[in-house]
Order: sequence, then C-alpha cells, then structure tokens
Amino acid sequence: MSSPDTSPAAVEPGAPEKTAERALLSAIDASTRGPVFLFLVTAVLWLLGGTVFALVASIKLHNPPFLAQQEWLSFGVIRTAHLNSMIFGWATNAGFAVTIWLMARLSRVRLQHLGILYVAGAVWNAGVALGIFGILRGDSTSVEWLEIPPYATPILFVAYALIGVWGVVNFRYRQRGHVYVTQWYLLAALFWFPWIYSAAQIMLIFVPARGTVQSLVNWWFAHNVLGLWFTPIGVGAIYYFIPKVLGRPIHSYYLSILGFWSLAFFYNWAGVHHLIGGPVPAWAISAGVVASLLMVIPVVVIGINHHMTMKGGFSQLRYSPTLRFMFFGGVNYTLVSLLGSAMAVRSFNEIVHFTHFTVAHAHHGLYAFFTMVMFGSIYYMMPRLTLREWPSAKLISVHFWFTAAGVTLYVVGLSIGGLVQGWEMIATTKGADGELALKVPLFMQVVRDTVPYLVSRSLSGMLITVGHIAFAVNFGWMMLRPRAIGATAPTLFHTPPAMPLEHRA
Amino acid sequence: MNKGPLLFLGIFLAVALSWTGIVLVNQIQYGSLTPIIDNETGTAFPQVMSGQAKQGQLVYQSLGCVYCHSQQVRRPGFGADDLRGWGDRQSVARDYVQQGRVFLGTMRTGPDLMNVGARPLNAEWHLKHLLDPQITSPGSLMPPFPFLFETRKIVGQPSPKALQGLPPAHTPPPGYELVPTPRAEALVAYLMSLKHEYDYPEAKPVAVGGAK
Repeated sequence: MSSPDTSPAAVEPGAPEKTAERALLSAIDASTRGPVFLFLVTAVLWLLGGTVFALVASIKLHNPPFLAQQEWLSFGVIRTAHLNSMIFGWATNAGFAVTIWLMARLSRVRLQHLGILYVAGAVWNAGVALGIFGILRGDSTSVEWLEIPPYATPILFVAYALIGVWGVVNFRYRQRGHVYVTQWYLLAALFWFPWIYSAAQIMLIFVPARGTVQSLVNWWFAHNVLGLWFTPIGVGAIYYFIPKVLGRPIHSYYLSILGFWSLAFFYNWAGVHHLIGGPVPAWAISAGVVASLLMVIPVVVIGINHHMTMKGGFSQLRYSPTLRFMFFGGVNYTLVSLLGSAMAVRSFNEIVHFTHFTVAHAHHGLYAFFTMVMFGSIYYMMPRLTLREWPSAKLISVHFWFTAAGVTLYVVGLSIGGLVQGWEMIATTKGADGELALKVPLFMQVVRDTVPYLVSRSLSGMLITVGHIAFAVNFGWMMLRPRAIGATAPTLFHTPPAMPLEHRA
Repeated sequence: MNKGPLLFLGIFLAVALSWTGIVLVNQIQYGSLTPIIDNETGTAFPQVMSGQAKQGQLVYQSLGCVYCHSQQVRRPGFGADDLRGWGDRQSVARDYVQQGRVFLGTMRTGPDLMNVGARPLNAEWHLKHLLDPQITSPGSLMPPFPFLFETRKIVGQPSPKALQGLPPAHTPPPGYELVPTPRAEALVAYLMSLKHEYDYPEAKPVAVGGAK
C-alpha cells in the first residue's frame, strides 16, 4: 500500500504511522522504483537461467551420458555457470534491490541521480552475462566462487563500486538521528564486499600468490561472500520485515548490537575451516575452527532476537506471504549456521569435508535462508513499487510450498548422502593381522552408494523449478498488467477472519 | 550506535583484522616458499611441470575437474587417504609452489588426484577413461569427454595415436579412426605428472594415532 493514500486501507495493522510519514515513505518508494525494478527483473531472469543450469548439472551427476556431447554442457562447466548465475545474477541483483530500497526507506531520503544506478545496474548485468558466457566457452578460472574470467571481473567491480557508493551516499544523507539495525548490516555489506572481492581477485587471478596461500585467500573470500555480503543483507532484511509486518518493535536493542558485532568480528575468520586437514599452516586452520565455533554467539543472539520479536505473532504466518518466507529463512539461518559451526569441529569435518554434505550445506544457506528471505522481501516491496497487488495468492502459495518442500528435500537428502559418502570413504576396521583396513575398500562402491541421494537432489530441483515458475509468472503478470484502480486490498494467503477488510495488509 | 563514523570504523576494523590475519600474515609467513634441492641428486623438488603438462592443467581448469577431484592428501590417521592409496604422506605447502594455480579442491565425488601419476595407469588407460569412463570404470559418475577426441577418415597410414581395442559402442566405422586431440594428450600428460612422493623435511609421515 504505497500510494500517498490516507484512507484507513492504507494504514498497516499494529504500527499506525503518521499520515505525513506514510506519504514520505511513498515518495521514497517511488524514487527507488526504476533502479529497483531493473535489479529485480534481472534477478528473476537470472534465477530462471540458473535453475535450468542447476537441473542439467544435477541430472548429469547421476546420469553421466545425459547431454554429454557438447563441451559447454559438461558437468564442470554447467555447474559453474549455475553457481555464478545464482550468486552474481540472482542473489546479488536481488540483494541490490532490497538494499537500495531498504536503505532509502530507513534513511528517509529520496533516491537521487538515478541515471548512475541505471548505468551501474546495466553494467553489472552485462558483466555477469559476459562472465557466464566466458565460463560456458571454457574460460573459467576454476577458483571456487571466483570462476568468472578476468576479462569480466573488472567490469563487475566498477559496477559494484557505483552501486555500493550509492547505498553509502544514501546513508550519509539520512534524515533521522536513529540508525536502525538493518542499516548497520547493509552499510557493512556494501563496504565488505568490494574489499574481499578486489583482494581475492588481485591475489588469485591478477598477481597470484604462491602455492596454498591461494587456497587461504580463496576460502577467506568464498566464505565471506556468504558471511559478509549475503548474510548481512538477509539478516538485515529479517530485522526490518518481521517487525514491519507484525507492527511491533525489535525485541532487544542490546541483543541486536551484540549479534551485529560478534558476527562482524567472528564470521570473516571462519572460512579457513574449508581447509581442515589441508596443506596450510595449522594455526590458520585452528583460528578458523575457533571462529566457526564462536559464530554460535551471533547466531543464537540473532535467533533469539528474531524469535522473541515473532512471539505472539505466529498466527500471522497463515496470512502474510512476506512473513512466511521470512520466518522460513530466519529459522534456516539459525539451523544452517549452527550446522556450519558443527561442521568445523575436526572429528565431524573428517567425515563430511570432501562430500555432498558441504553442497547441501551451501544450498541450505544460500537458498533456504537467503533466497527465501529475498522472496519474502520482494513480496513486500513489489506492491509498494508498482502500486498494484500481487495478481494471484494461489501462485504465491505454490511458490512457497514447492520451494520450501524442494529445498528441505534437497538439504535432507543430500546431507544423508554426504554422510554415507563420508563415512564409507574413511571407515576403517582392524583386520585379522591387526592392521587397519578400509570397511568399503572399493571407491566405486562409495560412488554408487551416493546415487539415490543424487537422484533425490534432482527431484528436489524439479520441485524448486515449479516454485520458481510460479513466482516468475506472478512477478511478470504483476509488472505487465494494467493497474486495477479498485483493487487495493493486499494479496494474502487467506483472509484473516478477525480483521475487517479495510485493515488487511 | 547512531554515530556513522564510529559504525564505519568498526566495520572497517572487522574485515581489516581477518584480511591481515588470514591473508597478509600467511603471505608473509610462507608466500615465498621455495623448492628444495636434493643433496644427492641435485634436483629441485617439487619438479617443474613440462610444457605439455602445463597445457593440460589449463584443460583441467577449463573443464572444471576440480569440482569432483581434490588434490590434497590428508595425514595418515585423519581420514583414510593413505589406505585408499592416494598417497603415503600428507600433502604439504611446498608440494604446490611450482603450480601456477592450485587446485586443492573441496570435493571427492571422484578420487583424489594428488598422486594419480604414481598409480599404475598408462596413457592409454587415461585416454579411454576420458573418452568414456564406463570403458575403464563401470559405474563411474564421471562425465564422458567425447569432444576431446575426433573421429577422422584414415588417409594413408593410420595414426599411431589412434585408440585401439575400444568396445563396440565406441569403435569408429571401418576406414575411420578415433584420435585424441592435443587437449586430451595434454590433459593426460598433466594427470601423469601428478606425483608428490619426495619426502620434504616437513613431510615426514605422522605415525598413525600419533596425533589425532
């Protein structure tokens, strides 16, 4: 409900804001419309493309002859195209949209000089497209999370710098004394990403460090893409939307501070746990393990803060699409982070380190947490940007249930597969001669035993694909259909029984 | 936390600390690690890759082999890499100083390749395995790489490089032969160059159960 409308229908439940305040918010929303649309539309297109790459890669892993004739379709290539489409195409574009919109709203500043953001957004997407094209034609660097070939990365960096500076400028001209917790996270994310990205590019691609120093830089970067870029945006968005939808303040300001700074100082040391058992200095690995365990502090603190804010509002999950996606994302943030800390414990890491368990974990974080939070944010933002309601509650419902079920099957199935794989790979027994011997001596047996779980991954991918199609159809329909003047009631899963029609939001 | 500059300072410090600790300190500590010259033979270890093997490493990079194959052996007693025959000693940082790009890897959908060149597998085996892993390793999940080979008409003498003894499904029609492309040969040269058996002072095997 974003038109400068003063009717009761425009007032949100729980948090009655002053009419002038609402008019200002509407004007701010309107000022962000163009650039945010640009990022959202491109994000949705990349999401669809990345989904196709994902399905092909997933099927190939249990059915190797599938599409085996072309080089650009081989597993190592298409899987890499999937990852980069999702990270830099879908997730980062969606993150830009949410960041710009939230930062403008929370700073109470209209977005200015939109031309720069349009250019930066177009350049960013051109850079990603060039990068994916490069990967498909065989120019991948094969450095995990940094596969985009070096002729495209400077483009990405310049575009990012422009977009990031815009967010910071918006923050600089903020109107209110109070800086909301979401703004801390967004500001940090906008500053952190260019630092880690440029440092990693220089030390890995342009002036490569020698030997396994590369691996340390690689995992410092790759883990921090999640920890210092996606996580702050995701957690920041949850901090905004849960109180917003429920119309109540955050449970505790002090927990917010504790959660933010402990995340800021612990998360970025944790990446070395990807090298446990590897040929890098033992002290660095130990530091990574310690930091990973310390991550329990921000995760539990943030989890408690979000949970206590939700408390008493759980019934709203039945109605609000935004809240439902946010809740799913928030719960999975806690789960995936605690699991991540556990995976850094050496005795557990010994089993799961080189297995599909890690792949499941990555999707748990980037999909079940971050992507679901982005979906929730988009469901809230779009009506305020287009001044239209979502055309179909059914499609939102399909979107939620298919993606939620899909990613749950994905994570559970592949995690079990990873445990089986990891256990079979290292399990030993004392032979008759007292010597250690492998319980599963044939490596091929380990490979074969993972197949059912790889098949379950393809099935979950199909469920997720259905959800994405429902989302894209609803999104495109909303963008393209003419504005219905009369339809001002928000699209909810169900009509709340106790709430008069004019108070729904 | 309403003071912008203070907030920014903390944000800056957070990432500066980890950058210093993980990236800078390690770069200083062992970023200029050098090969060791063996006193008896006068040879430097690790040895420099041949030009063809370096080409092969680029093929390995381009095809994304690293997403299923690691190149690092964990110490005996941590995991079971030694029992799997992937290497008798743990990999150490010095093993990698002659490699342009380091492919440690994080996944073992397929076996570790740190010492694949030390296994009793010849070039013919590797080529057939690349053409279609089912020929040499039935049940494998590795993709076939038919595009690394070409079927061409035999003109004059058959090529000495043509693959022999292929199963019927892969045998070229009469008058034709299946020949590996230079990329396939380079990749095989790279794979066969992967062996790290020299015992650096820091690579003495840790006794099983000694440090776990």
